[in-house]
Amino acid sequence: MSASTSSRPADALRDGDSKHAAPTSKAAQKVGGVAGWIDDRTGAAGGVNYLLKKVFPDHWSFMLGEIAMYSMIVCLLSGVFLTFWFVPSAGEVVYHGSFAPLQGVKMSEAYQSTLDISFDIRGGLVIRQIHHWAALMFTVAVSAHMFRVFFTGAFRKPRELNWVIGCILSMLAIVEGFAGYSLPDDLLSGTGLRAAEGFMQSAPVVGSYLAYLVFDGPFPGEAIIPRLYSVHVLLLPAILIGLFTAHIVLVAVQKHTQFPGPGKTNDNVVGYPVMPVYAAKAGGFFFIVFGVISLMAALIQINPIWGYGPYDPSPVTAGSQPDWYMGFADGALRITPNWLEFTALGYTVSLNIALGALGLIPVFYGVAIAYPFVEGWIKGDKGEHHLLDRPRNVPVRTALGVAALTYYFIFMFAAGNDIIAIKLGMSINDITHFFQATLFFLPMLMFWITKRICLSLQRHDRDLVLHGRESGTIIRTADGKFFERHEDLDPYTRWPLVQQDPVHPIQLESGVDANGVARKGARKERLRAKLSNFYFRDAVNPVTPAELAAAHVGPGHEAIDAEPPTHEIEPDKVDGRMGIDAVHDDSHEFGSSTH
Amino acid sequence: MSEHDTPDTAVVPADDFGHGAVRLDEGHVIGTGGLPDRFENPGLPPHQPRMSDLTEAGAKRAEKQVAALFSVSILGTLVFLVSYFAIARDTYVFIPGIGDVDLSNVVLGTSLGAALLGIGLGAVHWAKTLMPDHESVEMRHTMRSSEERRQGFVDTLRAGGETSQLTRRPLIKVTLGAAMGLFALPLLVQLVGGLGRLPKNELSLTYWSGEVGPDGKPHFKPLRLARDPEGTPIKAEDVTIGSVFHVQPDGLLPDPTSDEPELRAGLESGILEAKSKAAVLLMRLNPSDIKSQKEKDWGYDGIVAYSKICTHVGCPVGLYEQQTHHLLCPCHQSTFDVTDDCKVIFGPAKRPLPQLKITVDDEGYLIATQPFREAVGPSFWERGQ
Repeated sequence: MSASTSSRPADALRDGDSKHAAPTSKAAQKVGGVAGWIDDRTGAAGGVNYLLKKVFPDHWSFMLGEIAMYSMIVCLLSGVFLTFWFVPSAGEVVYHGSFAPLQGVKMSEAYQSTLDISFDIRGGLVIRQIHHWAALMFTVAVSAHMFRVFFTGAFRKPRELNWVIGCILSMLAIVEGFAGYSLPDDLLSGTGLRAAEGFMQSAPVVGSYLAYLVFDGPFPGEAIIPRLYSVHVLLLPAILIGLFTAHIVLVAVQKHTQFPGPGKTNDNVVGYPVMPVYAAKAGGFFFIVFGVISLMAALIQINPIWGYGPYDPSPVTAGSQPDWYMGFADGALRITPNWLEFTALGYTVSLNIALGALGLIPVFYGVAIAYPFVEGWIKGDKGEHHLLDRPRNVPVRTALGVAALTYYFIFMFAAGNDIIAIKLGMSINDITHFFQATLFFLPMLMFWITKRICLSLQRHDRDLVLHGRESGTIIRTADGKFFERHEDLDPYTRWPLVQQDPVHPIQLESGVDANGVARKGARKERLRAKLSNFYFRDAVNPVTPAELAAAHVGPGHEAIDAEPPTHEIEPDKVDGRMGIDAVHDDSHEFGSSTH
Repeated sequence: MSEHDTPDTAVVPADDFGHGAVRLDEGHVIGTGGLPDRFENPGLPPHQPRMSDLTEAGAKRAEKQVAALFSVSILGTLVFLVSYFAIARDTYVFIPGIGDVDLSNVVLGTSLGAALLGIGLGAVHWAKTLMPDHESVEMRHTMRSSEERRQGFVDTLRAGGETSQLTRRPLIKVTLGAAMGLFALPLLVQLVGGLGRLPKNELSLTYWSGEVGPDGKPHFKPLRLARDPEGTPIKAEDVTIGSVFHVQPDGLLPDPTSDEPELRAGLESGILEAKSKAAVLLMRLNPSDIKSQKEKDWGYDGIVAYSKICTHVGCPVGLYEQQTHHLLCPCHQSTFDVTDDCKVIFGPAKRPLPQLKITVDDEGYLIATQPFREAVGPSFWERGQ
């Protein structure tokens, strides 16, 4: 075939391949043959080649999303195994399997088949524990990935859509997890379902109808297990895989973000190509994630349902806890005060349940989904961002994120109030009241602390750029003074500390136009200016070349502070004998001149 | 930073930090001397060669390490295959720090882990030592399409609307919109309509209420209180002060000696559904400890019976503190005071546990003299109706 017979780019590429790099070995010719056969029918060579040459940046935190992706794949794989043995039925049977303590006990087929997977099928327990550990790792990795994206500002334009998809994925993941651990129909998961039915009943107006709809009649009924099964293995996985695919395709189309660094700009991606580096690294990483999950499944017991017994609505175990990702909703229920339930016009309104059980998750994810749009509006930011923020460089966002996490963790730890009470020998009432109280001050405190830490880290960056790094070399001057020589940062080390754009709060324009008439949207603008002021009023901006030059000027000139002067060591206060000044290598003495 | 970089530059108030030294970001700059406003990106740092790039011995060592890791994987697979057949299913061994473990699970899982980790670590080590580590640079392009493409898209849409005559024929537009809006309804109605039945008054009834007759009303019959799960009736004299009995109505529990699954006749649904509402806790207190007169009247000589289903979200209130006479729900820690009509003294539950009125029959067995007077379990909208 020659290029002249066809103008399709893929043909030309295939011709070019054979001309420039003729396969030398028989094996290579064979691969070329297979690839050629496929390309003859799909014309995929060009596209696949483009993907193989695609460049991805390198950073450890980019692996968090990969862990999520791979543990989801492990879940899918091990889940398919489990479906071959699991019987999603609440039908009653009498157990005669090999786990002696439950011999002759009446139980559901779901529970019996889970026992069979654990005791009678070789390697079944490994697969079951792999499935559960992979699910836990999935939810942990999704959350950690979400934190990374939030704190580095990776959600900014053009990635807001992918942030929304990711939030939905995260929310569906916890629902999927709940559906999954409710399936074995053991005492613990049945108690969880019992509570879930109570949550549904608490919905205003429609509660009892909702519960009867979902459970097909009174709790527990025989419908919930098969229904949860169909949701767990069919409906949610289909949505998860669809959204996940969109998530990944968007990453490829928009190209991965990268951390700022020398050579990295908003217009390029610096990293390594898929072929061969990421094929090996990311491909290998799948096996590492799978391997670690297997080791956990081998060595750490998870959800020993045989110890809980079959579900029965009358007994209960102390220390009933959901899986960790449901903890925050459960904890919210535990610390909601009971006066939120009241009757009005003869109807019962159970806000003490509905707020935490039905409201919290939608509110939490709703706020998360809205955040990129709110921040973009406050900044009036319409540009594309492919360089990540260092969390310290956006102190208010970082602090808001930490405050939100503080809420989350207060709720999550509140779900362990009984465990804490037992382990620490404390009063459960005090612990619960403590968690209630922390809601009102701890997030604000954490906001303030985080913001202060970010600002001081930024000032530290400025200090480092302006005065260089401590060389460890002590110099004695002719008149007997000692000082440590500071060395200028090299441009590669300096760049990440000075690359960010300076920021300022937007200025409030007059609420009236030139004719003294109130302008449209002036109130909105005022709110925006207020919020912008909240975000950026104490911004610490990066060192400019002029500032660095000024810092190099000798004594007698004005001193440059990187931060408030309290930081500097006063020569007299060291020990009275030896004065140590932080002095630049051009022997500009700063510090002494400011006091 | 200088004052002349952008017009919207704001000046940070100087008193923010409350100190005397003038900071350059406070807008006071001397002698910028024609320096640029910003530092310039220095470009990629010089490449650092790796050991395996420098010497053939280094590369050879890396090769051996990668091969060793892949060999670990092969070994792991072999161990898995052998132990799958070799280890009997119920072999337990003691591992220090972990305890008694299922040997098959530990060996299969560990060898599978080794088989996977060998491949993964080998591939990553290979990539890090032998594969090229010179950075590649790929350029980005703005996500936005060019103006012509955007215009082309709009033109196509508009042309489609026009050539299909959709824009000219509002009748089609309106009916199509309505049809598209409505067609999901049958599916939705089918699904919702078929998922479950209406609760009617079921949430307010328990097995204690008696069998529901053809008139839809329950017909009360005094039932003995039976031990859960044994199903044997309880004599008042068996209930000593401080003891607690888990109770179900007599006749509900299946015969524990029978090996056959059974369904009880005369129940709306199955046994579990009835048990989940009828469960009761029976306690005997010193009558002088009881603060509520109604509680005394509805009990028998200090023996009181309360619904075991939490009024919060329906967990069994399984923990009884003998000394304080508190009932604690293990799910969300609602605490009820048995001496004071099971009122909520702590936690998220709002309502007291409903009391079951009891007395003794001729043979001295405890019986319920009336059903629960209110719905047991979690709150719902119309429970007060």
